[in-house]
Amino acid sequence: MTRAFDRVFAAGVAALALLVPFTLVAITLLIVIDSWPALTTFGLSYFTTTEWDPVKLVFGAAAYVYGTLVTTIIAVLLAAPVAIGAAIYLTEFAPRLIRAPIAFTIELLAYIPSIVYGLWAIFVMVPVMRSTIEPGLQATLGQVPLIGHLFSGTPVGFDLLSGGVVLAIMILPILMAVSREVLLAVPPTQREAMIGLGATRWEAVSRAVLPYARPGIIGGAVLGVGRAFGETMAVTMVVGNSSREISGSLFVPGYTMASAIANQFVEADSELYFSAIVEIALVLLLVAVVVNGVARVLIRRSIADRPAGVVI
Amino acid sequence: MSAAVTTISGSVPARHRVAARRKIASGVVLTLLMLGTFVAVALLVTILGYVMFRGLPALNIDFFTQRPLPVGEVGGGVAPALIGTLILAAVSGAIAIPIGIAAAIFVVEYQSGRFAAPVRFAAELIAGLPSIVIGVFVWAFLVRGVVGHYAAIAGGVALAVIMIPIVARTVEEVLRLVPHSLREAALALGAPKWKVILAIVLPTARAGVITASVLALARSAGETAPLLLTALGNDFFSTDLLRPIGALPLQIYRYAISPYDDWHTKAWGASLVLVIVIGAIGLALRVVARQRVR
Repeated sequence: MTRAFDRVFAAGVAALALLVPFTLVAITLLIVIDSWPALTTFGLSYFTTTEWDPVKLVFGAAAYVYGTLVTTIIAVLLAAPVAIGAAIYLTEFAPRLIRAPIAFTIELLAYIPSIVYGLWAIFVMVPVMRSTIEPGLQATLGQVPLIGHLFSGTPVGFDLLSGGVVLAIMILPILMAVSREVLLAVPPTQREAMIGLGATRWEAVSRAVLPYARPGIIGGAVLGVGRAFGETMAVTMVVGNSSREISGSLFVPGYTMASAIANQFVEADSELYFSAIVEIALVLLLVAVVVNGVARVLIRRSIADRPAGVVI
Repeated sequence: MSAAVTTISGSVPARHRVAARRKIASGVVLTLLMLGTFVAVALLVTILGYVMFRGLPALNIDFFTQRPLPVGEVGGGVAPALIGTLILAAVSGAIAIPIGIAAAIFVVEYQSGRFAAPVRFAAELIAGLPSIVIGVFVWAFLVRGVVGHYAAIAGGVALAVIMIPIVARTVEEVLRLVPHSLREAALALGAPKWKVILAIVLPTARAGVITASVLALARSAGETAPLLLTALGNDFFSTDLLRPIGALPLQIYRYAISPYDDWHTKAWGASLVLVIVIGAIGLALRVVARQRVR
């Protein structure tokens, strides 16, 4: 009797467990089916044109893709030095007593919901961006040839730059956690050998520890890119959601792919409009799969198994 | 390497100069690294400080017991959203926790099976999906397909999809920590496999399984984007799973982008409640986890 139940139990567990791959297949299938009308109607022009007109039923998502790329790049450029720097300090230099508590404090940032970052960004960050940071950037970097154009226009606060900055804060904890985990996995002999040769501690870190940990740290950055790419609420709340042009300035209100879904999904009143929005979701899905795959390979090269409790 | 070589071959004063330069470089970098750490910690303190400072004035009895009032009337509260968040947590937990645990059992205890790897792989991929994509999927599947309109149950399912990989992967890790000798001892005594899993493995891993479930609930409690497309939000008290339902994150969103000061204050208050609940859970789990490791 109990032996026979073994089969039933195994079948039950398998049925529940197989819901997981089934869900993934269902997600992919439904999204491909729903984006099919847009895929077949617009083809590649979906990615190369910026006209997004629900009345004329012409949809090109290039401006959304652009907004997502720009905010993501800003986020990684700002977050990576801070996060990796903090990780290096906390694994190599900080007094032993404060290492774990400070790392834990920074990781707490990951627990704050996206919507709370958005609220904070609207009422605290954006006014500071508008009144101080953006005019300041304009007066300094804005005068430099070549990159000056990035800071042209009226500083409004609700723009691509703000979207990037809030994303930077949000991906900081994951970047730091992964970098720290990777650095902790570097064998102590790497450091000891360098210090034994008379190197200063920074020389030991920069020449023996960081090269060893490089793939894992890059993996953490790629994971951060993945997060930033699909992050919705906080960006939607500060990125402006109005301009659909690619102007080259960071001081224009923009749109990201995720914020376009959040803002327009409920409004979609025709099949093609709806399908065009779902195609954005399809792009996000594909990018997420690729980015996470790459990140995992890189991190696994640095750590035998995935960092416990970090990649959630 | 090259620095060490030149130092040795240089003259004595030159050697001192090089050594000084190396020390200064080390010091400069150390300062920059400390600055980075300080920035990260300062950000957390600032954000939490603001949530506390702006949120506390919003908290009163009405905030927790009343429903939102129409525009222009000052007062009211976010009680429907609080209840909604609890209901959504119950629904999503009821779906995600059994499936997540089953997936973990399947991967760890039945790993000889052909499908263990795909289950694990699928969980990893779902964990990496942007939550808005999951919202779009549940909308297409439930809101349009099965229910026919925005409904609490759709919100619960969306949150469940987000939770399943978290539960599955955390429980998987805990199950792997259960010593093989325990399983072997039970099997040697003639226990069937289902009994080994239910009576030996799961009880041994109980603390970890509970941790995983609570962690997943805490994570999903702050999700907003998928709920916009599924649960939609509701200013009235509702416990009907087939109707739209409110949730704290949705309420914060609506209030934050509104032009009214009173609503802004309530958004901060709701954020404070959300952060305290999630933070308390996170902190408690940390303490439990640490004790378990020792």
